[in-house]
Amino acid sequence: MVSKTTSSHVPWSEERALALVERHREERGPLMPILRELQEVFGHIDPRAVDVVAEALNLSKAEVYGVITFYKDFRSEPPGASLIQVCRAEACQSMGAERLARHAREHLGVEFGGTTPDGAITLEQVFCLGNCALSPAVMVDGRLKGRVDEARFDELVADARGQAT
Amino acid sequence: MEPAVVYVPRDAAARSVGADEVADAVVREAAARGRDVRLVRNGSRGMFWLEPLVEVSTSNGRVAYGPVDAGSVGDLIDAGMLDAAPHRLCLGPTEEISFLRRQTRLTFARVGITDPLSVEDYEANGGLVGLRRALEMMPEEIVTAVTDSGLRGRGGAGFPTGIKWRTALNAPSDLKFIACNADEGDSGTFADRMLMEGDPFLLLEGMVIAGLAVGAVEGYVYIRSEYPDAATTMAAAIDIAYLNGWLGPSVLGSDRAFDLYLRVGAGAYICGEETAMLESLEGRRGVIRAKPPLPAIEGLFGKPTVVNNVLSLAAVTTILAKGAEAYHELGVERSRGTQVFQLAGNIKHGGIFETAFGLTLGELVEEVGGGTATGRPVRAVQVGGPLGAYVPTSRFDLPMDYEAFAAVGAMIGHGGIVVFDDTVDMSLQARFAMEFCAEESCGKCTPCRVGAVRGVEVIDRIIAGENREANLELLEDLCETMIDGSLCAMGGLTPMPVRSVLEYFPEDFERSRSVPL
Repeated sequence: MVSKTTSSHVPWSEERALALVERHREERGPLMPILRELQEVFGHIDPRAVDVVAEALNLSKAEVYGVITFYKDFRSEPPGASLIQVCRAEACQSMGAERLARHAREHLGVEFGGTTPDGAITLEQVFCLGNCALSPAVMVDGRLKGRVDEARFDELVADARGQAT
Repeated sequence: MEPAVVYVPRDAAARSVGADEVADAVVREAAARGRDVRLVRNGSRGMFWLEPLVEVSTSNGRVAYGPVDAGSVGDLIDAGMLDAAPHRLCLGPTEEISFLRRQTRLTFARVGITDPLSVEDYEANGGLVGLRRALEMMPEEIVTAVTDSGLRGRGGAGFPTGIKWRTALNAPSDLKFIACNADEGDSGTFADRMLMEGDPFLLLEGMVIAGLAVGAVEGYVYIRSEYPDAATTMAAAIDIAYLNGWLGPSVLGSDRAFDLYLRVGAGAYICGEETAMLESLEGRRGVIRAKPPLPAIEGLFGKPTVVNNVLSLAAVTTILAKGAEAYHELGVERSRGTQVFQLAGNIKHGGIFETAFGLTLGELVEEVGGGTATGRPVRAVQVGGPLGAYVPTSRFDLPMDYEAFAAVGAMIGHGGIVVFDDTVDMSLQARFAMEFCAEESCGKCTPCRVGAVRGVEVIDRIIAGENREANLELLEDLCETMIDGSLCAMGGLTPMPVRSVLEYFPEDFERSRSVPL
């Protein structure tokens, strides 16, 4: 099954990418804002975007590629329709995050970084979401969740799947 | 009849346990009963075990209810919540809740009280006083005030802010920058996030003051991407500040200019290290730079740059508004003013506790925090983030003071305090410290990049009972190499939690078993 693109993401368009780059060109150090916005618009950073950005900013492709691969947020493949991030840092560990992390992988049948075969959910690990007094914490499509036990995690997954259909 | 004024926090942590649903329910259920309500989405008071916390305005101040869930809002309104009537969830007057009453809130004075994006609220509650004063001062005078206050960098290193500013002030350049480090990646810390969501103008004001002090007219706030709500609120605050002439070519009608830009990170713990953050702002991999040159002399785009944590810049606003002397009067020894402690992890009463330096770790964890959330005995407390030491309860008499912690091989850092109960396996916590370093190392220097990987391996062998004595010696040797040979605090401090486990919890390394992965 081909993984579907989230409704909020648009298919690759060089024209659109160029317009986006152009808007940031005059900023100091525009590469990070450009890469962030490319990913917001297209859902991932298409390999074709590397050429566009490198040319527009007069950088080598290697430099652009190097930045993309350094930061965990940037992805070169489309993600699932929903992104679920499970915190594995110390505060969450103290409240059972490792158990939750195991459960999350088992429940979804994927490892961290993986996407479910139906393309509904991408699962990631994250180190701290700043919700350390309401551990364990999870983030679903940018929305923070607190005190997430296994049952609550399953509900969040069900909600995410429900919204995707 | 006047509409009842009801406060429901917009803080991401409050929302993470249902504050939005509660806010919707308040509006809906009040309307169903023909009651007029004015809903204010404030910051969080920082008492997370009570979130979602609902407050109702009365002629004698606010009355609190919590934790409230959306399903019980109808009952609460029927019981008279909008008129501050008693109920089993009623906590009484908010200001009299002992967790709040025991604090000295300077930096967090407005957080939870005001609508974070209301300029009227901000000015009515002491906002812009510091900036107005700074506009009447010479740069040298502002720097002196910050120096005299005794403020030390709240990001973790504790470097005197005034000295950093003086270096930037004296660095000759036609272009200088203010860079706010809002890459709050340490587990157990959330004060920067809460401040940006709960009182963003305070930070903004501090950055403009920093600009006036060192002669910079351009600033950047670098917020980690894990904080989308903080970024949204900060962006809105910047827009509002421009509209009101707090930012732009003529700050508050003066002949001084200041422009402020928001930048969002992309998932790299190392970008909380100041030089890695500068690299990221410049559009490169977040690889750290060797120091010297200091950023204050050669920082962003090679120009003199003041890099300060959110809480340091926020404190500056307060110092200018209330005076350096008033700030310096608080605290102990060389730790002056207040610190925003963050009680986190397995703790009954988790949240923000701002207080003068000097009270003990035990008071914070046991008296203020109420012990563990699970009700089991406390075994260890990690202070100062993933690079901080694990402190046993036998050290609970330690005063919260930079030097007192340093003296026992620990650190206060950014003020995060993560509590673990007696079910924790400390050998795994030591292993995680190395694992985290291996995951997040920028790769520039060998002791950190390779050392962390070897650290995980050697700890695994110790846990498995392989040549324990020899491997413990090897681990100690490795720690020493990382401390002495790493370029920045990532590799240099990772041994701190590891060594603290070896020192205080050696028994956890003495059981042979396979490592659960």
